[in-house]
Amino acid sequence: MDYQVDEKGYYGEFGGAWIPEMMYSNIEELRKRYLEIIYSSKFQEEFTSLLKNYVGRPSPLYFAKRLSAHYGTDIYLKREDLNHTGSHKLNNTIGQILLAEKLGKTRIIAETGAGQHGVATATVCALKGIKCVVYMGALDVGRQAPNVKKMKMLGAEVVPVYSGNKTLKDATNEAMRDWINNPVDTHYIIGSVVGPHPYPDMVARFQAIISEEIKWQLDEQTGNELPTRILACVGGGSNAAGAFYHFLEDREVELIGVEAAGKGIDTNETAATLTVGSPGVLHASKTMLMQNADGQITEPYSISAGLDYPGIGPMHAHLFKTGRAKYLYATDKEVLTAALLITQKEGIIPALESAHALAALEKAEFAKDDVTVVNLSGRGDKDMETYLNYFGY
Amino acid sequence: MNNRINQLFAAKKENILSVYFTAGYPKLNDTGSIIYELEKSGADLVEVGIPFSDPTADGPVIQQSSHKALENGMTLNLLFEQLAGIREKVSIPLILMGYFNPVYQFGVKEFCEKCNETGIDGAILPDLPLDEYLENYQPFFEKNNLHNILLITPQTSDSRIRQVDAASTGFIYMVSSSSTTGKNQKVEDFHQDYFERVNKLNLKNPRLIGFGISDKATFNNACKYASGAIIGTAFIKSFNKKEPVTESIPKFIKSIIG
Repeated sequence: MDYQVDEKGYYGEFGGAWIPEMMYSNIEELRKRYLEIIYSSKFQEEFTSLLKNYVGRPSPLYFAKRLSAHYGTDIYLKREDLNHTGSHKLNNTIGQILLAEKLGKTRIIAETGAGQHGVATATVCALKGIKCVVYMGALDVGRQAPNVKKMKMLGAEVVPVYSGNKTLKDATNEAMRDWINNPVDTHYIIGSVVGPHPYPDMVARFQAIISEEIKWQLDEQTGNELPTRILACVGGGSNAAGAFYHFLEDREVELIGVEAAGKGIDTNETAATLTVGSPGVLHASKTMLMQNADGQITEPYSISAGLDYPGIGPMHAHLFKTGRAKYLYATDKEVLTAALLITQKEGIIPALESAHALAALEKAEFAKDDVTVVNLSGRGDKDMETYLNYFGY
Repeated sequence: MNNRINQLFAAKKENILSVYFTAGYPKLNDTGSIIYELEKSGADLVEVGIPFSDPTADGPVIQQSSHKALENGMTLNLLFEQLAGIREKVSIPLILMGYFNPVYQFGVKEFCEKCNETGIDGAILPDLPLDEYLENYQPFFEKNNLHNILLITPQTSDSRIRQVDAASTGFIYMVSSSSTTGKNQKVEDFHQDYFERVNKLNLKNPRLIGFGISDKATFNNACKYASGAIIGTAFIKSFNKKEPVTESIPKFIKSIIG
């Protein structure tokens, strides 16, 4: 159990709830009630039913034959891209909207980078008829236009954020400000395993369905529930947390997270937090951060809006520190190459985020009998403009 | 304990005016002269803001001033350099206010020692929660005669207010309503019931009311329910290109307490 959160909300030295007093009553209510609510039979019944009939779970575990032949090893893709709304994000928003209902909240706020979490939040709010406000960096509003339109059609209000680099970090700041100003009726659906305790643990539990399914699906297909390794991209780290969750205690399974190197870790344009960061406190959590010597957060960069974040979930900081998981990085260029490869080998256009995990296949060393699972966290529809511009189709 | 905050509250029971500004704004090297002018104009206490890149509890005005201050080149190290020698010119209590991460990177122990050496009387670190403070940092503050000023809000329960009171040594920062800084409030929006509830608790620490205090009317109203009040956003807004701080500050303070 070394890898689970402790009663104070820490993973080793990382985590906690570094909240201003203005957020205390909301966080305290969540902390006291989330486990009791999530594991009540009524909640579980509705959650499971929605995951099956609305999200479309279980998502397939697909043996990628031509990609496997290309790398000379067995590669399975966990198809989170086939979920309703096109990514793993819906697993968490379904869980949190049910929780918000039980807490009697009537207004939902969320931050979003690529727009996947924003769409997933707007979707569950439409499903439940609850008012929804999504904060999105103004730069991301521009580069992820299809998702902005989807959120609007779903009835959400999308608020562009103009501070900082106008990306995910700034959207998160603004969502936190909203919550401070609306402490009674509002629930904040954080989209990743970041933020104050209990969010990292709560979101990981909702995403844990990914590794739960991988286990039985792999057993069904190979006769062994344990793969050699699991690869997942990491921004805040929610899809990786979900893909790793039920394998944390299976030490023989190699867990690999892939960060966004942007234009390279030696440049100022990167989002590879674990590689270039140091411990600090941001968004109410003690974790690894990209910052200068004065403790000011430095602006991240990645071609992928969903990984363009200067922090990382405290669980990953802990897995990194203890060595339980290994963290690689992939540059924009490597990611685009990997995205084209899987598109033409398997007929699957991945999200730019997920393509980071695929890019790491180039860096892993395989034995012939290895079984590698790649968490394909999202589909590439939202990134078509980037792909088309780069490849010139 | 000879701390200027305690001396102030012992000597003055009402209408205490505390003023916040962001160090490094409007100009990088204004810090000393702003503090000096504030004292001269009649402020009782000054909160010097340490700018942070991600001020999540602040509204647009303080966000903007922090952004500009960082652009101007403000750092915590530089702030301490600017404040060295301030006690030769200024005798009112001084507080440093800011988010935890810059202080954490500086070193909390080193920060407290440096405050003591410089003549700083208190610190307000809104995202350093009570339990983390008590568990890890309280001895550094106490050893350096530095008060850690804690916040309460209308949502804070009576039992938690008592915990805050027990852990406080200077005063309690009573956030007027659930909001980020600088939300314009009308006098009639005041959470009178909350202030009265807190006053009935017979706390050992005096209180100042902050957030949303912007002019004479809101200041006077807040002073009915506490020893005084804190003005931040409205003061930062009063800086302008036409007047030097030696003119704008006396004018602003006069508009509040004149």
